[in-house]
Amino acid sequence: MGDSRRKSPTPRAFLSRLLPGRATAILRSRRAAAIRERLPSAPGFWRSPVRGVPFTAVLGLVLLGGITVLFVTGLLSYAAYNPDLNPVNDKTPDKGLLGFYLFAWPTGPHWLYRLTQGVHVTLGIVLVPVLLAKLWSVVPKLFALPPARSLGHALERLSLLLLVGGALFEFVTGLLNIQLDYLFPGSFYRLHFYGAWVFFAAFLAHAGLRVPQAVRVLRSGGLSGTVPGDPLESPAPAAPTLSRRGALAMVGAGSLVLLITSAGRSFDGPLRRLAALTPHGAAEPGSGPNGFQINKTAASVGLTTTDMGEGWRLTVSGPAGDLRFTRDQLLAMDQHSSALPIACVEGWSTSDQWWRGVRLKDLAALAGYPDGAPGLLVESVQRSGPFRRAALRDNQVDDPRSLLALGVNGEYLSLDHGYPARIIVPAAPGVLNTKWVSRLTFGEL
Amino acid sequence: MKRTDPRILVRRGYGEGPLHLVLMAASFALAAYAGVRLLAGDAFGVIVWFVGAALVHDLVLVPVYGAADRLLCRSAGRRPAAVNFVRVPAFLSGLLLLMWFPLITRKAVHYEPASGLSPDVFLGNWLLITAALFTVSALWLVVRTVRSRRRETNRRPSASH
Repeated sequence: MGDSRRKSPTPRAFLSRLLPGRATAILRSRRAAAIRERLPSAPGFWRSPVRGVPFTAVLGLVLLGGITVLFVTGLLSYAAYNPDLNPVNDKTPDKGLLGFYLFAWPTGPHWLYRLTQGVHVTLGIVLVPVLLAKLWSVVPKLFALPPARSLGHALERLSLLLLVGGALFEFVTGLLNIQLDYLFPGSFYRLHFYGAWVFFAAFLAHAGLRVPQAVRVLRSGGLSGTVPGDPLESPAPAAPTLSRRGALAMVGAGSLVLLITSAGRSFDGPLRRLAALTPHGAAEPGSGPNGFQINKTAASVGLTTTDMGEGWRLTVSGPAGDLRFTRDQLLAMDQHSSALPIACVEGWSTSDQWWRGVRLKDLAALAGYPDGAPGLLVESVQRSGPFRRAALRDNQVDDPRSLLALGVNGEYLSLDHGYPARIIVPAAPGVLNTKWVSRLTFGEL
Repeated sequence: MKRTDPRILVRRGYGEGPLHLVLMAASFALAAYAGVRLLAGDAFGVIVWFVGAALVHDLVLVPVYGAADRLLCRSAGRRPAAVNFVRVPAFLSGLLLLMWFPLITRKAVHYEPASGLSPDVFLGNWLLITAALFTVSALWLVVRTVRSRRRETNRRPSASH
């Protein structure tokens, strides 16, 4: 936004003709000074009149609120997987004290995960221009000399590397993951979770050091005010082409465009079509009762109709032993309905779908737990994939809306939605709603 | 014997106040606790990504868009007020491309098989959104120019009087 390099002063060549020896030395030092003036470490290098502590303070306070919400909703999503329930749910078994807050994820309200994860991902998308503008506003400080004035200053700069690197790491891994572009070095769950804690550690220190100043500056002079000795304000500003207010409006326009083109992926119908640039936005994969969004198609995990043909059986295990059911036997049991959404960790979700099938608590009773099972391990026909097995907690099994669904919206499940049978549990993250179920083991996990 | 305030001692040796020291210590301790877990797998890869993200942003992305902006300002020449009518739509379009390039450029090869959705729509949608942004901006500029010209002609005293 309006940075342009400063013109160097013209060298005084006539001096060197007059006084050869000393003049060359003077000239050399002048040339060195002129070069120093043109380096990014010189305050005059940065010329945008938009920069200044008040501008950075506004963006910083927006990020303070926004990133706090991102962190909290991120921790909620981590808890929603019930990682402390069973190793099959836990992609971070070495979490140690970082799982201190874990709790039994509730089953109500049934849109809970849809809301928390929709907010997490959509807010993350919307905050990208704010983050970029914030980093732009403080970039002269990166090049400021000397690199460290004191031990305290050196530590703070190291902490800022964790802050900036951490913020970019979290936003980039998140954005790549929702686009299913797994370029990052390892499992998304581990990288995004541990990376978030490293980032948040630096974020807390930075907020503790800077928020009082940001509030003070904005209280005293507002956005256009001048701060005495403002280290971010250019000493030689270029002619303004954009006011600070205008620059903020531009950032806000960026957030607004991103909100419009992404929020619709949490809804069905015309709103989803409006989410024209985001994964699982723009279109539905099909039409009709089974036409809603799919996380993993059967083909993508190597399953065909022959895997789930006549030979398919559901094994239900528990104190009553191993019971085997055909699809027709399951259809002959008491069928119940639940209106529940699919809500993915990637931030997209569907509206409530009308599922129909056998209650998990009824199957628990058959397995030998008439008063409720302590837990359930679900296994899929799926041969690979990190969530081909999933554990459900007692409150999830006991909820009367939790089903082994055989149909949806008045039809049988399509192969891509888990034919012949899938789990559907209120408020649970999408991957815990196992598709192509082959075995249910009720008992202590 | 003269006793010195411990706060002054901290400031002399450390360069900042005691609160700064406490915050830094707490922050680094927590970051290290999570950091050893973050580095438990591909440590080198994670460090490259963590530090590389900051370096690529500060040394590539910022200079590139800064240079593009300088070029734009220079080419606007005598009409600096028109700069924002190019700057804002270009910023919005570039932002969308930066964030969704794996989908727009069809680099996200897992997307179609996993979701059953075609990624082909994204390039077209991005181009349409870009076209719409520049069109709105151009119309805005035309309306503004016509208005300010009209104001000027109204203000000018007419010659026939």
